[in-house]
Amino acid sequence: MRNLFTFIWRNHFYFLFALLEVIAFALIINSTVYQRWVFVNSTQKITGSVYSVYANLQEYFNLRNTNQILARENALLHQALQHPTYRHDEKPFGKDSLPYPSQYQYIDAKVISNTVTLRNNYLMLNKGKRHGVDKDMAVISSNGIVGIVINASNNFSWVMSVLNDNTKINGKLLKDNYQGSLTWDGGNYRTGTLSDLPAHVGLAQGDTIVTSGYSLLFPEGIMIGTIEDFNIGKGDHFYTIKVHFSVDYNNLRYVYVVKNLMRKEQISVMKHL
Amino acid sequence: MNSTIRLVIRFVVLVLLQVLVLNHVRLGGYMNPYLYVLFVLLLPFSISGWALLMLSFFLGFTVDVFSNTGGIHAAATVLMALFRPNLVKLYYSKEDFEPNASPSLKYMGFQYFLGYSLVLVSIHHLALFSLEVFRFSEFGFTFLRALLSIALTLLIIIISQYLFYVKK
Repeated sequence: MRNLFTFIWRNHFYFLFALLEVIAFALIINSTVYQRWVFVNSTQKITGSVYSVYANLQEYFNLRNTNQILARENALLHQALQHPTYRHDEKPFGKDSLPYPSQYQYIDAKVISNTVTLRNNYLMLNKGKRHGVDKDMAVISSNGIVGIVINASNNFSWVMSVLNDNTKINGKLLKDNYQGSLTWDGGNYRTGTLSDLPAHVGLAQGDTIVTSGYSLLFPEGIMIGTIEDFNIGKGDHFYTIKVHFSVDYNNLRYVYVVKNLMRKEQISVMKHL
Repeated sequence: MNSTIRLVIRFVVLVLLQVLVLNHVRLGGYMNPYLYVLFVLLLPFSISGWALLMLSFFLGFTVDVFSNTGGIHAAATVLMALFRPNLVKLYYSKEDFEPNASPSLKYMGFQYFLGYSLVLVSIHHLALFSLEVFRFSEFGFTFLRALLSIALTLLIIIISQYLFYVKK
């Protein structure tokens, strides 16, 4: 027994090394995407506040750019309203004046931490359960898709970015509705890959790809990007398309969390199949 | 006491620089510098083995907490620390250095310091990038990213040495 202790003491450097590596690997294994939230929740209070301070500081340097984006979006929204004053003739505008119940609700949020350099990238938003944000909600910016909320605490939420191995988003061609699935294969953060689009479809560089609306998360027609390049492998029946993202993920500040109000109903319909 | 305070300040500055600035750097689409390892490189020669390992783990763990990466930085940094004592022994025997001396470009000379940093940074980066991707299918790409990042980190380390330590 004494020999054992002497042995351990003489080699304590290597034993300590092994112990620390075991702890580190335990942390890695326990932090796969879906279990990660436990850890995130407990440390978010500290890191979240550090990132909040930093994001506040950084905000000032982007004010001009942000204003331009918001102004352009306002103009688009005005256009979408289509002369709202004419409606008053038919029906006074009130609580029930919308002809159909709306399916999506938008919650604005600020990005307080974000990466594009890793293989699997995540963002943190400054809104959480208190503001109605919860997991399995889509995140978009005024330029296009951003990601999916995978966990929310009371004040913060954790978003799996489009730039992530686990994110797969259904996209379609804006011009004729053929659909495929969008992934990101590492490398350049400005381009992704759209696959499963049948080879008989006519494509051109610069064609627009938008969300298909087939998922329960993203509304239809949210911008994904434009076709930069495309090819068909030998003996393949599907295109491999290089998509240039419309969003610069390295320069995200304000985003919208999209809440699908009919998600529960949609899921229950599928269960009955 | 004075040197302890300096270590603490260096720790805080390097971690903040890493998580707030360098984590967002992606030069040419491939290169991410991980400068925080400089803290381990510059620990005094006389530091005991267990303190070296514990500090390395704590450093990696702190970066992990801020980058939400589980324990990959901790694992890579501890692995790097394992090789440091033997690497130092290659250059110096125990009696050679003055008390409180630390590895630096000025103290070791350009060639030795570069070699010392190259070996340790390479171990750290290769471990880190493999752990981050955690699969073999993208090995070539991961290896390329690691190599380019090693070069960038080394460049920043050498520049920082000239900025802060080599005074004529």
